[in-house]
Amino acid sequence: MMTTVTMTVNGKSVSETVEGRTLLSTLLRDDLRLTGTHIGCDTSQCGACVVHVNGKAVKSCTMFAIEAQGAEVSTIEGQANADGSLNVIQQAFQDHHGLQCGFCTPGMVMTTASLLKENPKPTEAEVRTYLEGNICRCTGYHNIVKAIMAASGQDVSSIAAEQLIS
Amino acid sequence: MPKDDGIGAATVRREDVRFLTGRGRYSDDIKAYGECAAVFARSNVANGTIKSINTDVAATMPGVLAIFTGEDFVEVGGNPAGWLINSRDGEPMKEPKRPVLAHGKVRHVGDAYAAVIAETAAQGRDAVEALEVEIEEHAAVINMKDALAGTNYVHDEIGTNQCFDWGWIEDNRAATDAAIKGAHHVTTLELVNNRLVPNAIEPRCSIGDYNPGTGDYTLQTTSQNPHMTRLLISAFVLGIPENKLTVIAPDVGGGFGSKIYHYGEEALVLAAAKKLGRTVKWTSDRSEAFLTDAHGRDHVTKIELALDDKGNFLAFRTETLANVGAYLSNFSTVTPTFLHGTLMAGNYTVPLVYVNMKTVFTNTAPVDAYRGAGRPEATFSLERVIDMAAREIGRDPIELRRQNFIKPDQYPFASAAGLEYDSGNYDALMDQMEKVSDKTGFAARRAESEAKGLLRGFGVNAYVEACGIAPSNLVGILGARVGLYDAATVRVNATGNLSVMVGAHSHGQGHETVFPQIVADMLGIDAASIDIVHGDTSKIPFGMGTYGSRSLAVCGSAVVRATEKIIAKAIKIAAHMLEAEASDVDFSDGTFSVKGTNKSVSFGEVALKAYIPHDYPIDMIEPGLEETAFYDPANFTYPSGAYCCEVEVDPETGKVRVDRMTAVDDFGNVINPMIVTGQVHGGLGQGIGQALVEQTTYDDDGQLLSASYMDYAMPRADDLPFYVVDHSQSTICTHNPLGAKGCGEAGAIGSPPTVVNAVIDAMQSGGKNITHIDMPMTPHRVWTAMNNAQ
Repeated sequence: MMTTVTMTVNGKSVSETVEGRTLLSTLLRDDLRLTGTHIGCDTSQCGACVVHVNGKAVKSCTMFAIEAQGAEVSTIEGQANADGSLNVIQQAFQDHHGLQCGFCTPGMVMTTASLLKENPKPTEAEVRTYLEGNICRCTGYHNIVKAIMAASGQDVSSIAAEQLIS
Repeated sequence: MPKDDGIGAATVRREDVRFLTGRGRYSDDIKAYGECAAVFARSNVANGTIKSINTDVAATMPGVLAIFTGEDFVEVGGNPAGWLINSRDGEPMKEPKRPVLAHGKVRHVGDAYAAVIAETAAQGRDAVEALEVEIEEHAAVINMKDALAGTNYVHDEIGTNQCFDWGWIEDNRAATDAAIKGAHHVTTLELVNNRLVPNAIEPRCSIGDYNPGTGDYTLQTTSQNPHMTRLLISAFVLGIPENKLTVIAPDVGGGFGSKIYHYGEEALVLAAAKKLGRTVKWTSDRSEAFLTDAHGRDHVTKIELALDDKGNFLAFRTETLANVGAYLSNFSTVTPTFLHGTLMAGNYTVPLVYVNMKTVFTNTAPVDAYRGAGRPEATFSLERVIDMAAREIGRDPIELRRQNFIKPDQYPFASAAGLEYDSGNYDALMDQMEKVSDKTGFAARRAESEAKGLLRGFGVNAYVEACGIAPSNLVGILGARVGLYDAATVRVNATGNLSVMVGAHSHGQGHETVFPQIVADMLGIDAASIDIVHGDTSKIPFGMGTYGSRSLAVCGSAVVRATEKIIAKAIKIAAHMLEAEASDVDFSDGTFSVKGTNKSVSFGEVALKAYIPHDYPIDMIEPGLEETAFYDPANFTYPSGAYCCEVEVDPETGKVRVDRMTAVDDFGNVINPMIVTGQVHGGLGQGIGQALVEQTTYDDDGQLLSASYMDYAMPRADDLPFYVVDHSQSTICTHNPLGAKGCGEAGAIGSPPTVVNAVIDAMQSGGKNITHIDMPMTPHRVWTAMNNAQ
């Protein structure tokens, strides 16, 4: 059965006709062409699909589109500053090389936004624990954790960095 | 000091902006007008005879456009192994056909025997369910020893489950045996190098398109090497002329080896596109990825180390069974042989090495190169047995290694395993490792751990590996079906900016940032005016792609050579403009000037002149400023390193935590230290993952028990520490123009033995006489070992 679902995505009202089984991630990617939200697993483990629904981090592959009826949804495409420049979290990820292939990155950025809202100055351990639902295969997490702590305004200069000179 | 964005600068990555804003373009993000979906019917048994496939009902299901079975591909070729390896007796390896779709038999769970093309993937999945399929299940061949002993064959037509029985170096076999027999001390270790699933977070995806009006095919696919994929499809599988097939690998979300290879799904979407005249797309889900992406490692090894009474290494001898799975994937025969056996002398002056490698077909997914590809297996065996030997003969593990290290004045060094190492300084790496890891503070840290009721261990490792694959003439002798050069085209545009087309493919490595750093440095211009083009066979020269930590050493060298040609031509043009002899023209910092005068022209002015040749010596110099170079390396490169780590083990639970991890690597010249460090981090994460948590498990029936992220333990952020990474002790590669060695795999090579050595050290400190625990060292395994030990 097809249903019309209406929601706000990145501040813009959208309305789409979807099947009952259509996932929020499918609506975002296929219908709205917001392909920054990625699908990396079938089991809600990898976190590449994290978006915010009514301000909360949600794995969009685990939510039906119709469950977001009337919701405020924000995705990676809506995170940059109004002038198009990278926001604080995005900039920290670039400055600290917190991404390589970029596939898990949208989910990492969205999860980080959620973490910093709940806990503006997380410790290393708190960051690592919070990332339990986001898998990265490229970075070994070092620079992701560092970027998140930097985005929270903490001094990360003492975190083990590369030693370039003896 | 490096320029802001030249060689040696930690330039942040330009590609990050699109990835951070959701504007990357991965294969599954591409949606074509009128596209339809391919869905595969995959075997749920490991070994079976296909009795019948009735498509009648499925063909009438809503949205179904076509159904393919193995029968449709009987007339076309198979997906080949890239290297032909001979057994010790000279017999060529067994190479059973790997068809696009299984025909006659299915040989592993996940083996595709049919594909439905439907308007949507959901409709395709419904139709796959409606296929009436009779498959007679047979006993599965899973365990390698049983596979070699039995008469139940994965491929009946070859009458054996052994692909080859390889010896290296065969001429040294008798001498190695004699050295071991007569040695003062021999340490023997039997170990398993655990089977891993690469798990790039982006699943594979392939989109086939065909234009009946031109006969042109296009394949967009998740590939690390689009030209090689095109060559395989053209020359071996479908026979599409290369000039009628474009392969595009857009943004690719990680590879780690698994996206080097050509897979049947790529051929299927092309064949389906031709049949239907529609764009056909297949996107793997994670379950399919576990079942069908090429896996890694899976060696069972016995290694012996012979020592004299002073601790000098006399010989290494190994016997290994390596799983190749049900079919030979493209690099599956070179990975356990020439990428493995040739490294079995390690960092040492040991005079004799003998490696016996038997590769075995089983009813499991194909096994192939995964980050490190043969070298992690070699390093693991060597560095574990050396640690064990040190303990047995009462020597410090670092000192025993140092005693046997190749010394800096011995380069070039002909290793006992057949390679010529060009440069290195293993003692300097070890010194630096001891320093930056604060090894002297270990005793105090151990006391702190013990006060908490935890055991603490310190583990070390030294490695040398071979990257920058490889001299074409050498690999040709060794059995490669291709050359292993790479290529670059530097196009200076009329307005002075540059497009650089490269054969290497970036799927996380940061080529779009790094290659411009090289060109900017050489031309003395702003790196921001240089763009890299990669991943599209219709745009780039024929290069072999990215794997084996080769992009910088091989393709980067091609970029240097092409840029040198640009400079050479530009000097001639500048000489004309300056009314001087070319030999009197100097070029530096983007300016051409006549020696001893104040006459000069800028790089941009020369570029403009090349493309608007109104006043130009056409008879002497062609218009335009575009050059291509192919670079075929003279040797492998030999990155090396000294690693250490400290683990804490909870004796109550067996839980191991890596507390400190230090990697000191020699990568030769480093172009972008930020990116190089990131590459090491990633390798460390995967290596620690192998050591502690990752395990691929097939049951006796060939069912993959670890086929999701709920069953296969991917390392999470809280499984891993911050790392100390150091590349201050580099020696320069002597044979490529960048002096670069390669950094992509080092972390995954160096870390597993380091972690295991540390855990064994912790066990010993707890009074447990445990000499080895196989990876992954899960709490259950460690706890069991401790409880079984005396």
